[in-house]
Amino acid sequence: MGPARQAAMLSKKEKELIADIWESLTPVAEDIGADALLRMFASYPGTKTYFSHLDISPRSAHLLSHGKKIVLAIAEGAQDIGQLTVTLAPLQTLHAYQLRIDPTNFKLFSHCMLVALACHMGEDFTPVAHAAMDKYLSAFAAVLSEKYR
Amino acid sequence: MVEWTECERATIKDIFAKLDYDSVGPAALSRCLIVYPWTQRYFGNFGNLYNAAAIMGNPNVAKHGTIILHGLDRGVKNMDNMKDTYAELSVLHSEKLHVDPDNFKLISDCLTIVVASRMGKAFTGEVQAALQKFLAVVVSSLGRQYH
Repeated sequence: MGPARQAAMLSKKEKELIADIWESLTPVAEDIGADALLRMFASYPGTKTYFSHLDISPRSAHLLSHGKKIVLAIAEGAQDIGQLTVTLAPLQTLHAYQLRIDPTNFKLFSHCMLVALACHMGEDFTPVAHAAMDKYLSAFAAVLSEKYR
Repeated sequence: MVEWTECERATIKDIFAKLDYDSVGPAALSRCLIVYPWTQRYFGNFGNLYNAAAIMGNPNVAKHGTIILHGLDRGVKNMDNMKDTYAELSVLHSEKLHVDPDNFKLISDCLTIVVASRMGKAFTGEVQAALQKFLAVVVSSLGRQYH
């Protein structure tokens, strides 16, 4: 299924919910991002191979700045989900030609992001919010890997 | 055979000792049915699963969620022999219930998220990794008797 269609699977309500959640998380972007990354490194050690050039110990400057970058990109995409392919065009090129991260890792990161959200939001991370977020992160990952081949 | 560190054993026992089964079980199953609606195919006789509110208020879902969570107890008590511990349940899920084993991973992810939301900051990356390792072994054991 093409990424545009995946994004279309989100209802208007879901898009609003996602936009609201990410807007509220922008102030703590580096904490959420770093948390999700650390969780991924702990559960899926193979993912660390992409970060051999950085210091990814807890609370390191690299980890915080990288986590922040990722969350801000996800939050930006969330403000206009219909335009994901346009918004993410530069990141598509980066991931396809430079980073070349195997796309299976996007699923692993998305899962850890959902766990980070659950820890942060507690009961507010309702099943409905979880479903919407899972769909959004899947669409985001699909758009990101569109230029791979 | 799966190797467990002392830390992993302690973490798993600690998580399950503190678990409110009657709350977490129903929450995990209802979350699975909401986030992955195709899993509802196995619950045709459970009554109203029409929307999230109906699922979360459904007493059959709640009761079954608790049963599923208690099913994990045997794994917690037999971490060094989960394969044999779950052999019978594996046959049941394969031959009688005809559940696609891919579904075990879905409910296990939902359970992880529910435990995360209850434990908050205490659910560190290390605790998450231990729980996911435990659940992965359960999932693998449950899938073993499928032919």
